Formats: sequence, structure tokens, C-alpha cells
Amino acid sequence: MSQAIESPSYPSQQELRNAPGYPSQKRLEKGPVVVIECIEEIPCNPCEQACPQHAITIGEPITNCPHLDEDKCIGCELCVSQCPGLAIFLIDLTHSQGSASVAFPHEYLPLPGKGQTVRAVNRAGEPICSATVVRVQNPKTNGQTPVVTVAVPRKYATEVRGILRPGR
Amino acid sequence: MREVDLAVVGAGPAGLTAAIEGAKRGCRTVVLDMNPRPGGQLIKQIHRFFGSREHRAGTRGIEIADSLFHEAASAGVEVMVEAEVYAIHDSTLEVVAQTNEDSLVLLSEEATTSRSRPLSIAARRIILATGGAENALNFAGWTLPGVMGAGAAQTMINLWRVLPGKKILMVGAGNVGLIISYQLIQAGGEMVAVIEATSRIGGYGVHAAKISRAGVPILTSHTIISASGESRVERAVIAKVDASWRIVSGSEQELEVDTICIAVGLHPNARLASLAECELCYSPSLGGWVPIHNSRMETTISGIYIAGDLSGVEEASTALEEGRLAGICAAASLGKERAGDYDDIKAIEGRLLGLRSGPFCQHRQDAKQELIGIGEAQCPKQ
Ligand SMILES: Cc1cc2nc3c(=O)[nH]c(=O)nc-3n(C[C@H](O)[C@H](O)[C@H](O)COP(=O)(O)OP(=O)(O)OC[C@H]3O[C@@H](n4cnc5c(N)ncnc54)[C@H](O)[C@@H]3O)c2cc1C
Ligand code: SF4
Ligand code: SF4
Repeated sequence: MSQAIESPSYPSQQELRNAPGYPSQKRLEKGPVVVIECIEEIPCNPCEQACPQHAITIGEPITNCPHLDEDKCIGCELCVSQCPGLAIFLIDLTHSQGSASVAFPHEYLPLPGKGQTVRAVNRAGEPICSATVVRVQNPKTNGQTPVVTVAVPRKYATEVRGILRPGR
Repeated sequence: MREVDLAVVGAGPAGLTAAIEGAKRGCRTVVLDMNPRPGGQLIKQIHRFFGSREHRAGTRGIEIADSLFHEAASAGVEVMVEAEVYAIHDSTLEVVAQTNEDSLVLLSEEATTSRSRPLSIAARRIILATGGAENALNFAGWTLPGVMGAGAAQTMINLWRVLPGKKILMVGAGNVGLIISYQLIQAGGEMVAVIEATSRIGGYGVHAAKISRAGVPILTSHTIISASGESRVERAVIAKVDASWRIVSGSEQELEVDTICIAVGLHPNARLASLAECELCYSPSLGGWVPIHNSRMETTISGIYIAGDLSGVEEASTALEEGRLAGICAAASLGKERAGDYDDIKAIEGRLLGLRSGPFCQHRQDAKQELIGIGEAQCPKQ
């Protein structure tokens, strides 16, 4: 459809960076850490319990936004599959020379395979670069929310939030 | 005639928790549901639920349904499926049930038998937990095959594994519209667009972001004008609306779609409550006409209680709590109290207050307060 989106259906970079779930640039440079893209006061808190490091806090009331203690996050990825909003991503800017990795929940079949080249999309669903599938995690503890990790050029790490599904 | 202490209509989260609390207090309890499977709305909710950990947030609705059903069965509740209650008079429920068995117990998930037969159940207390029903939307062509409630589409994909169409338009960007759009994509459908007449997305931003990165445009300030096609939907015309809800002329565009899903809200399914002559009052925040009830969830008809979406369209988390409250209070009115009931009720009220706070939910707290205020004046005193 040609029509421009009237009011954006996803938060802006600015809104995300101002939220308490977004790590600092300094922390991002250090290695794997989560980015929590949940910026409204909604009644929800499974992320708080999902993190064994207690890096995510919501507290009372339950409508508080998730707060990330960036130094406690060890990048284990456990919380990514547990968020009902599918709003938690794991970013590793140190993945390799020049490339970063982005892990995201991916509840679509068929799952991509490790090593596969795919098109990575931004928050608007637009393909922005090509990506290599690094990992597809779907253990029982994920409760049927697979987590896919892709490697992308570093400059796209803050934009890439998914991949094109086959057939699109 | 079959006699029970407590008959619950509706095996959704509200009905099941109400029955569990009743049975735990020694009431002979039966739950009747017209669906082939207990769980109400939960049986088609394949997404992880929102809410607090206490209300099993992060768990998929379908799993919550299964565990509630097992909890009810082990508390001694008789759950009868494919059993539609079509009348209530003098504390007797008239039911059409698809069963050959004399027993009301149905523990298997399989829809059993062939023959419907009428039966009557006399109950000392009745709890209605009949849930909500989808609002309709009228526009040119709205009766064409292919126009359906979003809930109907969800039932087709998640219960019957049938995709209603290939190119789909969703009307309404509340949580229901957003979540069902996501599930239609998962089922292999193409969401052409989600349109919303107001200027902002009503549902949670995280749900909108999910379908946005799947490439679905969400057009706010847009409405549907018409649907057309030979024998079923082949296209839809949508247009912009201005701040005073007038169509902006020249903004019309045609979309090639074969399915149009309507997700413009739910209203309390109060048909049975009206038949039982419970008085209703109108509350926009609670979804429309809702039976008046007091703080014990009792209606204006003595002995008839309500809970869940029927007492105001909310969420599974609130339905679970209200069901508990209704079950405890109905049992207490039969003299089946338990030590600790008072504290349990206070704890439930506290959790309900928490669930009805925040920018998305506070208006429901205010509306509930008002409804209960009317109820305290009009409902029978204990
Ligand atoms: C798409 C969608 C997503 C949702 N997501 C969430 C979420 O993430 N978190 C959350 O907390 N809530 C969510 N909800 C809301 C939640 O599902 C409902 O609020 C909840 O199910 C209401 O429970 P209930 O027991 O009142 O009614 P229901 O679950 O609707 O159950 C009512 C039952 O009554 C039966 N019934 C009605 N009339 C009769 C009759 N005459 N005879 C026999 N049986 C009858 C029906 O068959 C039905 O099984 C969602 C709802 C939808 C539609
Ligand atoms: S990645 Fe691991 S350590 Fe970091 S917030 Fe998530 S669960 Fe906690
Ligand atoms: S679990 Fe996800 S949606 Fe819920 S509060 Fe945490 S980040 Fe937000």
C-alpha cells in the first residue's frame, strides 16, 4: 500500500532511548545486552521474573515500565522468549569485526536454518539489509517462542528487529 | 429433576474459578458450557497472556484453560460441555445438552455424542459467567460472505485450523484487532491493513509493533466505507476521517481483500441475565448494557450472581478474580463459609484494584465503582 502510516505503530529511537529499558551506548559497546522496547504503562510483568540475574525490575504498581540494570545483564537471552509483547531483543555489537548480532522472538513457521541468508527488516517491516542466521533457539523452556539470532552490518543493529518471512 | 447447590453457566475463566471456589466449600457444583471444550475465550488464545505473574501472565491462554479445567475437575466440579442454557425460571435452568449419558460429567475433550436432549437443573444458587459478545459494524456490503467478527476468524484458525481468507483487512486497532491480526499472519494469511477510526492505536504499543515489523500498515483515522464482490468479498473501500468523524472526500482507496474482520469491541453477553430478569444498566466503559451487581457479585435477582466479561468487558485476569469472588459469596449465602473467607475477599478486591489501575484500565475501576454503588442500593440485602 502506498499510503503513509499516519501515526507510527512503533516507538521512535528517541522514545526508546529515553525509556528505562534501554542500555547506554557504553554498555552496548561492551557486548551482549538486552534492549527492552516496552515504553507504555501496561499491566504486565513476566520479564521481571524471567531474568535470573534480576536485571529487570517492574515492582509496584505492575503498570511501571520495565527498568534494566545494564550492568547486571549478562546477555543470556532467557528473557527474550518470555515477554508476551515480544518486545525484548538481545544486541551484541561485538559479534565480529564489523558485524553485530540481533536476537529476536520469531513465532512463524517455517523457521529459518542456521547459516541461511535472509533479508532483515526494521520496525516498519521494511527490508533494510541482508543477514546471516547465526542461531535458532527453541528449547522446551522457550514455551514455543523460538528465538532467532542474525548477524548484520553493525550500523543496522539498532534498526533490525526481524526478518522477512518466506513468501513475502 | 437434577438438583445442585450451585449451577454455573459458562466455563470461561470466570465460570471455572467460581465453580472451583464453590466446590471447595462443599457445594455440589455443575458448570454448563455450550462449547465443545471448557475454557471460554481461552481455548483460542494461543498467545502469551499479559497481566501479572499471579494471573499466569506469560502463559498461553490455552494452557491456562487446561489447568483451570483440571483444577475444577479435581475439586469435584461437574463440567458439562455442549450444553446450552436457554432459559432460567424459578431457580431452574433449562438446558439443551448433547449427551446420552445420565451423568453430567464430561472429562474427555472429545465432543461426545449425537443426540441433543433437553434437561432441567434446579439450583439453589446460579452464577452467570456468559462472557462477552462482539459488536457489529454496519457498512455497505457488510452482509457479504467474508465479512466476519475478528473472534470468528480467530475461532476458525485456532480451533478449526481453517484460514478464512488470503488477503485480510482488520477493522479496529484495539488489543483484539492487533492480536488476531498477528495470529492470522501466523496462520499464513496476508494482512493487507489494520484500520482504526480514531486518531490513535487503542491497543498496547507492543502488539502494534509486532505486526508492524511483520510489514502490516496500521492506518489510524481511517474507516471502512463499503465491501463489494460477486458472491463474496472481493474488495473494500476505506477512507480517512477527520477529527469530527467526517469522511475526508477524495481520500477513498480501494483494497483488494477477500476477508474483512471486525474488531470494534465487545459487549457483555447479557441475554441469559435479561431472561432471568436481572436489571441492567448502561456503562460505556464496561462495554454497554451490563447486569447491575453489588460488591458480592449478586444481581438484582436474589440468588443469581455474575462474574467476568458479563459483568463488564475486561480481561481474563479480572475474570479469574471476579469468578473467585462470586463463588465464595454464593457459597457463603448457602451457609458454606470457610475460615479465612473474609481475608480471601479482601485480597481479591486488592488485586482487582491493582488490575484496574494505570492509564489503560483506570476508567474501568471508576465504572465498576459506579455500578457496584447502584448495586448496593438495588440488589437484595444479605
Ligand atoms: C483476541 C483476544 C485476546 C485476549 N487476550 C487477553 C490477554 O492477553 N490477557 C487477558 O487477561 N485477557 C485477554 N483477553 C480477554 C479474555 O479472553 C476475556 O476477558 C475472558 O475470557 C473473559 O472470561 P469469562 O469467563 O467472563 O468469559 P468467556 O471466556 O467468554 O466464557 C464465556 C463462556 O460462556 C459460554 N456461554 C455463553 N452463553 C451460554 C449459554 N447460554 N449456555 C451455555 N454456555 C454459554 C460460552 O460458550 C463461553 O465458553 C483476550 C480476548 C480476546 C478476544
Ligand atoms: S539477557 Fe539474561 S541477564 Fe540479560 S536481562 Fe535477559 S535474562 Fe536477564
Ligand atoms: S514482559 Fe514484555 S511486554 Fe510485559 S512488561 Fe516486560 S517487556 Fe513489557
